[in-house]
Amino acid sequence: MSGYIEAQLIILCLSVIYAYAIFLPAASGQLNLGAAGFITLGAYTSGWLNASDGLGLPMALGIVLSMLFVGAIGFAISLPILRTRGVYMVLATFAFAEVVSGIAINMEFLGGAAGMPVDAHAPVEIVVAVAIAVVLFCFYFMSTRLGLALRSIHDDESVALLFGVNVRTARVVAFTVGGMLAGLGGAIYGHHYNYVEAQTFNVLLSIYILLYVLLGGTQTAWGPLVGAAFFTVLPEIFRQLAISMGSDWLADSRFIFFGMFIVLMMVVRPEGVVTRTMQDRCAGYLSGRRARAAAAGE
Amino acid sequence: MLLDAREVNVRYGRNHAVKTASVSLDHGEIVTVLGANGAGKSSLLKALLGTVRAEGRISFDGTDISGWAAPRRVKAGLVMVPEGRQIFVSLTVHENLLMGAWCRNDDLETETEAVYERFPNLAERRHMPASVLSGGEQQMLAISRALLARPKLMMLDEPSLGLSPILVRQLFDLIRDLNREGLAIMLVEQNTRMALATAERGYVLELGAIVLKGRAKDLSSDSRLEEAYLGGKSDRASL
Repeated sequence: MSGYIEAQLIILCLSVIYAYAIFLPAASGQLNLGAAGFITLGAYTSGWLNASDGLGLPMALGIVLSMLFVGAIGFAISLPILRTRGVYMVLATFAFAEVVSGIAINMEFLGGAAGMPVDAHAPVEIVVAVAIAVVLFCFYFMSTRLGLALRSIHDDESVALLFGVNVRTARVVAFTVGGMLAGLGGAIYGHHYNYVEAQTFNVLLSIYILLYVLLGGTQTAWGPLVGAAFFTVLPEIFRQLAISMGSDWLADSRFIFFGMFIVLMMVVRPEGVVTRTMQDRCAGYLSGRRARAAAAGE
Repeated sequence: MLLDAREVNVRYGRNHAVKTASVSLDHGEIVTVLGANGAGKSSLLKALLGTVRAEGRISFDGTDISGWAAPRRVKAGLVMVPEGRQIFVSLTVHENLLMGAWCRNDDLETETEAVYERFPNLAERRHMPASVLSGGEQQMLAISRALLARPKLMMLDEPSLGLSPILVRQLFDLIRDLNREGLAIMLVEQNTRMALATAERGYVLELGAIVLKGRAKDLSSDSRLEEAYLGGKSDRASL
């Protein structure tokens, strides 16, 4: 595997983990613009737990403990944040991320604005394995009764309440587990690049992650996977294309096309790339083809 | 007496939406609640279901449920088919039915099969998102979903809204069928004629207060019914 491809694969895997972290709350209709806050928490916590001048714990244990820590923070802030709705929730989660970033930059023992080196290295295999595990977990999560509750809340909260769904609990769980996944993503980031710096986890990252989820689609667990893959791979393809055409201008302006594409998506497919109907059609097509193949084999 | 609500009051800030209304309903009865837009019909239903804060004493099936939260009332058999159908559009037809049975965890298969037998259209699309259903099918799904909650009393909030005349007739046939099978029904309607032809008794709300009540037959020939729909006397004086 060439270095370039490997670097792109790492970015893709991290994007996928982040996307699922934000997908879980989004599946019940909550817009979380605080991904960067959770990622920062996860990255610094696991790095510090692992560092020799920190606690010196093994990497795996540090990652698990940092997930639990970030989950606890997520649970604590979910109680006030989930009282807000829509754009106010976007603002509240954004504020949370800014607060985390501010604290990280001003902590001497975390390296302050200079960032913090992380000791143990997570090779590409671990990053890929974690990303796959997160994807499988989220598919499972959405197939449970709780997943059904989240989707029903997304469609119509008042009616879900009418049939006895505990809307508040479901939302808190989704937000908290999402926070844990973002923390996991941050921890993996830190251990792969062996360096964390709060400024890398800025609001632009949070916006991108939310975009992956919203443009990929929140109705099925395929959405964030498709969204993250699309938005990390597509700009690179645009760039390679522009380079092969020998045009610097095109290479530099690929984000213009990217932006136009996002606007186009909002117009033609506001519910995201992958919808429930589309998933069913694909499943129907595949099973139909299998049936035809079986019939031909007889 | 299955449902006995005494002196129910609902207030939204300074707006007194339901004014000391008392309604009752017997086992196996169909009762209709009529009134113009904004007369307080939906607020009364919400008070009975426990989704708005209300004063008054409500007893259901012999138990005082006044202080109960909505999910507990659903479990006890007080189930609502909300206005405008409000099915879960991105959930499949089958998942919508499961949502109706949310408060139960026993075997649902015989009941879902019974629904599919009653509505072959739903059976065909059971694994499709509910958004593909037509308006009439969505209403059937909303009612089926409520049935899965095993209601003793089903409250329907303007079920005929937005349906074609043929579908409205089918809907009222279904309501009568369900009632014949023993289900008590409270029907909130703007379609006065159909509602009074279906129900045994009726209440008429005007500006939040019950201004008329009695047997459906008597109400349909009462001139005061029309008056209630044209608005309260105070309203007309101000015109």
